[in-house]
Amino acid sequence: MRRLAKALATLLGIVVLGLVVFTIWAWRSAIAPIAPPVATSFDPALVAKGEKLADAGYCLTCHTPPKGKPYAGGLPMVTAFGTIYSTNITPDAATGIGNWSLEAFSRAMHEGVARDGSHLFPAFPYDHFTQVSDDDVKALYAFMMTRPAVAQAPPPNTVPFPLNVRLLQAGWKLLYFKEGRYQPVADRSAEWNRGAYLAEGLSHCGACHTPRGALGAEKQDAHLAGASIDGWFAPALTAANTAPVPWSAAELHDYLRNGGTAYHGVAAGPMSNVVHQGYARVDDADVNAVALYIASGNGSADRKADVGQIVGDALARSRYDASQAGDHGAALYMSACAACHYNPSSGPLLARPELGLKSSVSAPDPTNLVQVILHGVSVKDGLPGTMMPAFGTGLSDDDVAAIAVYLRKSRTTLPPWNDVAGVVARVRGGKTT
Amino acid sequence: MTTTFTLNGKPMSAEVPDDTPLLWVIRETANLTGTKFGCGIGMCGACTVHIEGRATRSCITPVSLVDGAAITTIEGLSADNSHPLQKAWVACQVPQCGYCQSGQIMQAAAMLKDIPQPSDADIDGVMSGNLCRCMAYVRIRSAIKIAAVEMHGVAPEVAKHA
Repeated sequence: MRRLAKALATLLGIVVLGLVVFTIWAWRSAIAPIAPPVATSFDPALVAKGEKLADAGYCLTCHTPPKGKPYAGGLPMVTAFGTIYSTNITPDAATGIGNWSLEAFSRAMHEGVARDGSHLFPAFPYDHFTQVSDDDVKALYAFMMTRPAVAQAPPPNTVPFPLNVRLLQAGWKLLYFKEGRYQPVADRSAEWNRGAYLAEGLSHCGACHTPRGALGAEKQDAHLAGASIDGWFAPALTAANTAPVPWSAAELHDYLRNGGTAYHGVAAGPMSNVVHQGYARVDDADVNAVALYIASGNGSADRKADVGQIVGDALARSRYDASQAGDHGAALYMSACAACHYNPSSGPLLARPELGLKSSVSAPDPTNLVQVILHGVSVKDGLPGTMMPAFGTGLSDDDVAAIAVYLRKSRTTLPPWNDVAGVVARVRGGKTT
Repeated sequence: MTTTFTLNGKPMSAEVPDDTPLLWVIRETANLTGTKFGCGIGMCGACTVHIEGRATRSCITPVSLVDGAAITTIEGLSADNSHPLQKAWVACQVPQCGYCQSGQIMQAAAMLKDIPQPSDADIDGVMSGNLCRCMAYVRIRSAIKIAAVEMHGVAPEVAKHA
């Protein structure tokens, strides 16, 4: 009995010691608050550089709620661990980052620690931002600190105990986070390295396009392999991408710059803001660099695809033939969809998405196709000026599923999707997983 | 919420819920009743208007999706009913009851921008979503071809043998 008590006491001692060591290791001290810097104290050239970088990181998208004030935070991000609200990153001292020094801002970007020393949730993608150079962080700081200050605190997060204990985030970092600035790859061009620096760092492509494990970390062995995100499917940016026409650097450039191309889909859903609050405003050289980097990893240069043949096949498959009579999905398509989704035999028009070429029809699951059928694409999303109505108000779940099944069958040679009706019900219900 | 757009060239501001169909705003807020309510589910084409120059079913378009857009209805297609399609419609006496006709004309007008000299197959493919219970389809096709000739000079059949 005494021996057991002794063993338990030893065990308890080890646990307590472990907790003490972890706490000491995980503890980050606060960085002293500063008086909010005067906007005119920043070099305008540095602010301008920071603006371009903020666009490349499309910071505005997460740090602004719909119809809210720019960078004032409060956008709800629904995760498997609760709802996290984005923070106010305007220079308001009380509710924003007005009293953050450059040192505090740098630590948040590079280490995921707030000024007061608390560990940030990785909803803020510091696992990517750690790669951003000190010079670029300085420019971003100059840009943020010269925005209009907005006094607005985000709603409290709904992350449950014990996950809301910030100190435990240090454990997550121990498992999954590697701090460090981007290191150029020696045998690649300067342009490729610039693209990799942006895509892997500030632009955090992997935050949506890389699948995440049980604890929410990006799976390193499935880098950019495609993932579900916010009720949409972020397609693979690798050779696993299923779009019929290869994603060449030129196609990627046009998509990121304009919001869509005739040979691929349009940037709808969460990708719309990446373009319209991001890459549409970034210097063309940087758009080209990112396109070059992504194209170098997706095998498009090796795929000696005959684009003319692929497009010709897609146009041929889009023609109605009598064998489709009696197919409910085909009939619905002819009534509801064909009036816009038509193309002359000379080739697909930018504003008339040829569905046989679209990622949404060739994707591994029908989520994105169902999203656009149900909710449409606004005039401002996708290709600006081109919109699609929301058929969710007119069509039943069965009708939407029938159209999706018909398109998969008639426009591709890929295997049918499973449980399309289930996906329609889930997307209509607004469920994200 | 407030949605602002231009309607037939005039600025328009609608104080309606975001999910209000554009057709409601056109007919009841702007009092432009040339655009018709047919099925209400985007299946018949009677409610077709142009959004940024492209034919769109207004009955299933939530007004929030068109914030900032330029919208044209049958009343704005031409100032004096002089659009080649409108003239051809009169010349061919296309309508019978007329209910679907503004949608037919708006759909055809958008098509002629994308496909200036449409073949029968093009017309059937593009116009298949615009239903006509009076079965005016043959006259609709003829009128579209006449308008295409006026707009672009040569009809496709003639072009083949030129």
